[in-house]
Amino acid sequence: MTYNFAAILPELILIFGEPVLMLTASTMGSRATKITTWGTVALLVAASAVLLLTGEPSTGGVLFGGLLVADSFATFGKLLIFGSAAVTIIAAHRWFGHKDEHGPEYPVLVLLATVGMAVMVSSTSLVTLYVGLELNSLAAYVLASYRRTDARSAEAGLKYFVLGGLASGILLYGMSLLYGFTGTTQFTGIAAAFGRAETMSLGLLFGLVFTFAGLAFKVSAVPFHMWTPDVYEGAPTPVTAFFASAPKVAAMLLTVRVAIEALGPAIDAWRQIVVFAALASILLGAVAAWGQTNLKRLLAYSSINNVGFALIGLAAGGAAGVSSVLFYMAVYVVMTVGAFLVVLQLVDDKGEPVEEIERISGLSRRRPGLAAALAVFMFSLAGIPPLFGFWPKLLVFNAAVDAGLIWLAVVGILGTVVGAFYYLKIIKVMYFDDEHGEPVGTVRAPLEMAFILIAALFVSPLGYLLIGPIGEAANTAAAALF
Amino acid sequence: MIATIAFYLFASLTVLSALLVIFARNPVHSVLWLIVAFFNAAGLMLLLGAEFIAILLILVYVGAVAVLFLFIVMMLDIDFAKLRSGFTANLPFGLLIALVLLAEIVIAVTASRSGPIIGDKPVDTAQPNIIAFGDLLFSRYLVPFELSGLILLVAMIGAIVLTHRSRGDARGQNIHRQVNRDPEEAIRLTQPESGKGVEL
Repeated sequence: MTYNFAAILPELILIFGEPVLMLTASTMGSRATKITTWGTVALLVAASAVLLLTGEPSTGGVLFGGLLVADSFATFGKLLIFGSAAVTIIAAHRWFGHKDEHGPEYPVLVLLATVGMAVMVSSTSLVTLYVGLELNSLAAYVLASYRRTDARSAEAGLKYFVLGGLASGILLYGMSLLYGFTGTTQFTGIAAAFGRAETMSLGLLFGLVFTFAGLAFKVSAVPFHMWTPDVYEGAPTPVTAFFASAPKVAAMLLTVRVAIEALGPAIDAWRQIVVFAALASILLGAVAAWGQTNLKRLLAYSSINNVGFALIGLAAGGAAGVSSVLFYMAVYVVMTVGAFLVVLQLVDDKGEPVEEIERISGLSRRRPGLAAALAVFMFSLAGIPPLFGFWPKLLVFNAAVDAGLIWLAVVGILGTVVGAFYYLKIIKVMYFDDEHGEPVGTVRAPLEMAFILIAALFVSPLGYLLIGPIGEAANTAAAALF
Repeated sequence: MIATIAFYLFASLTVLSALLVIFARNPVHSVLWLIVAFFNAAGLMLLLGAEFIAILLILVYVGAVAVLFLFIVMMLDIDFAKLRSGFTANLPFGLLIALVLLAEIVIAVTASRSGPIIGDKPVDTAQPNIIAFGDLLFSRYLVPFELSGLILLVAMIGAIVLTHRSRGDARGQNIHRQVNRDPEEAIRLTQPESGKGVEL
C-alpha cells in the first residue's frame, strides 16, 4: 500500500508545527503566549492556503487504504474549521494572557482539537472517525475547565467530561454493532452491507440508532443537548465561542458523512431519527431560551436551535439537502462567532466579563457600535429576511419541501417564529430599556472590532452577494458524497 | 485435557475473586481481589490464543488501573459503613437499573440471532497475534495509530494545564536565563594570594 502524505499536507503542517512552537515558547518566558497565539494562527492560515491552492489528489481522494479521504466535502469543512479556530484563538489572546498562568497552552490545545476535527470531516472509516472525535473531545474537556480556579469552569469541564465519556461509549457501542453485523469499518463497506440486506436486522438497526445517538450528543441535538447550556455558560467565553463554532461544524459534517456515505441505503431508518432530533432541537432551543438571564446560556440554546435547522437539511437527504446543510453551517459559524466576539467585548470597569442580559440594558447609548453589531447578529440568527441568516434557513426548508417533507418545513418555520422572540428580547433590552446596570467598560481591541465588522457585513444584506461562491462551493462539496 | 482443567481453574477463580470484590469489608482487599480477577481473566485470554489481549489486561488493568484504584482507596477517607447505610432506601432504584441491564443483555443475546455476524473467521494461529497486530498497526492503521499518539499528547498537556501551579518557593530551571547567560559575566578569573581566600 502507498502512503500519499502530500494529500494530508494541511494536517501535517499543523501536527509538525505545533511541537516546534511549544519548544520555542518554552524558552521565551513571558512572551510565550504571544508566540504560540500568532504561531498557531500562522499555521492555520498556512494549512488553509494549502487547502485552497491544491485541488483533490490524483487518487480520487481516498487515502491510506480508505481510512481518510481528501475530497471537496472535507476541504469545505476544514476551511470553515481552520478559519473559525483561528478567529477564536485571536479573540482569546487578551483573555488568557493576563488572567491565567497557562496562556501559552490555550492555542496549542485549540490547534490539537482542530487536527482532530480535520480528521473527523475527512474520515471514511469508523476507526479514524473515533480517533479524530476523541482527539477533539479530549482537548475540549480541558479547554472547558481552563479557568480551574473558577468553580463554574471546573464544573463545566467535569460535566462535559462525564457526559462526553458516556456519549463516546454509546457511539462506540453502536459502531461495534455496525462492525459486527457488516464485517467492516469502512463506510463504503457498511453502505454495501446495508444495501444487500433485504430487511434490516435488529443488530444493524441497533448499531444505527446508537451511532446516531452518539453523534447527536456531539452536535448537541435534543434529546442529547443537556450538557450544552451548562458547559457553554461555565467555560471561559473564548472557549465557548470556539465550542459553538468549529467543533459544531466538524460534528455536523461528520454526521452528514456517516449518514450519507455509510448509512445512505438505510435512509428510511435514520430519517425518522433525524426528523425527531431536528424538530425537538428547534422547539426546545426556542422555548427553553425564553427564561434565560445569561447571554452565554442563551447563545447555547440558540446553537441547539440552529443545529435543528441544519438537521432538517440532512433529513431532506440528497445532494440538495447536504448542500443546504453546508451552506447553513457556513453562515451559522460567522453569525455565532460574531455574536460571541461582541459578548467578549462586554466587560465592566474592573475588566470582569459581563454575561447577564439585564446588565447590558441601554447598551445602545453607551456602546452604539457594539449594540448595533449584536442586534445585526441577533436578527440574523432569528432569520429575519433582509439579513443573510434568512437565506440558509430558506435553503434548508426548500430542500425539505422538495424531498416531500412539507410538514417538517412548516413546523420548522413555526419554530423560527417562536425563536425570534428571545432574539428580539435582547435587542429590546439593549435599545429600549433604561440603563440601570453599572456602565460597561471599554477595551481597546482593534483586531476583534475588525472581525466583528467583517462578520456583521457578512450577515448584512451585503452577504447576498456571496450566495454564488458559497453556494457553488457547497454544491461541489455535497456532490463529493454521492 | 490440560486446557480444560486450566479453563475451569481460571474461570472459577475469576468468578470467586469477582464475588469477593463485592463482599470484602475492607476496600483495599476489594481492590486486591480485583487484581486477582484480572489475572485470571488474562489466563482465560491466553487459553483462547489471544496473548496480546492477555498482556494488555495485565499491563493496563493490573499495572495501571488497579494500582490507581488502590491509591485512591488508600488516600481518600471514605466511610464505607456510611455509604452502605442508604442501601434499602436506594434498593428500588437499584433494582430498576438492574432490570434495564438485564433487558439489555437479553436483547444483546437475541440480537445475534437476528442477523448474520460477519467476520466470524477462525483465528490464524500460524503467527502470534502480537506480530499480526504490529503488522497492521504500523502499515494499514498507521494514521489512527499516530493520531492516538496525539491524543496522549493532549492528555499530557491537559494534565499539566489543569494541575500545575507555580509555587513561589519552588526552584525551577529557567531555560531562558540559562540560554542567555553570558560567559563573560559568569566566569571571573582571580589569582588569590597564598593564605588568603577568594571573596565571592
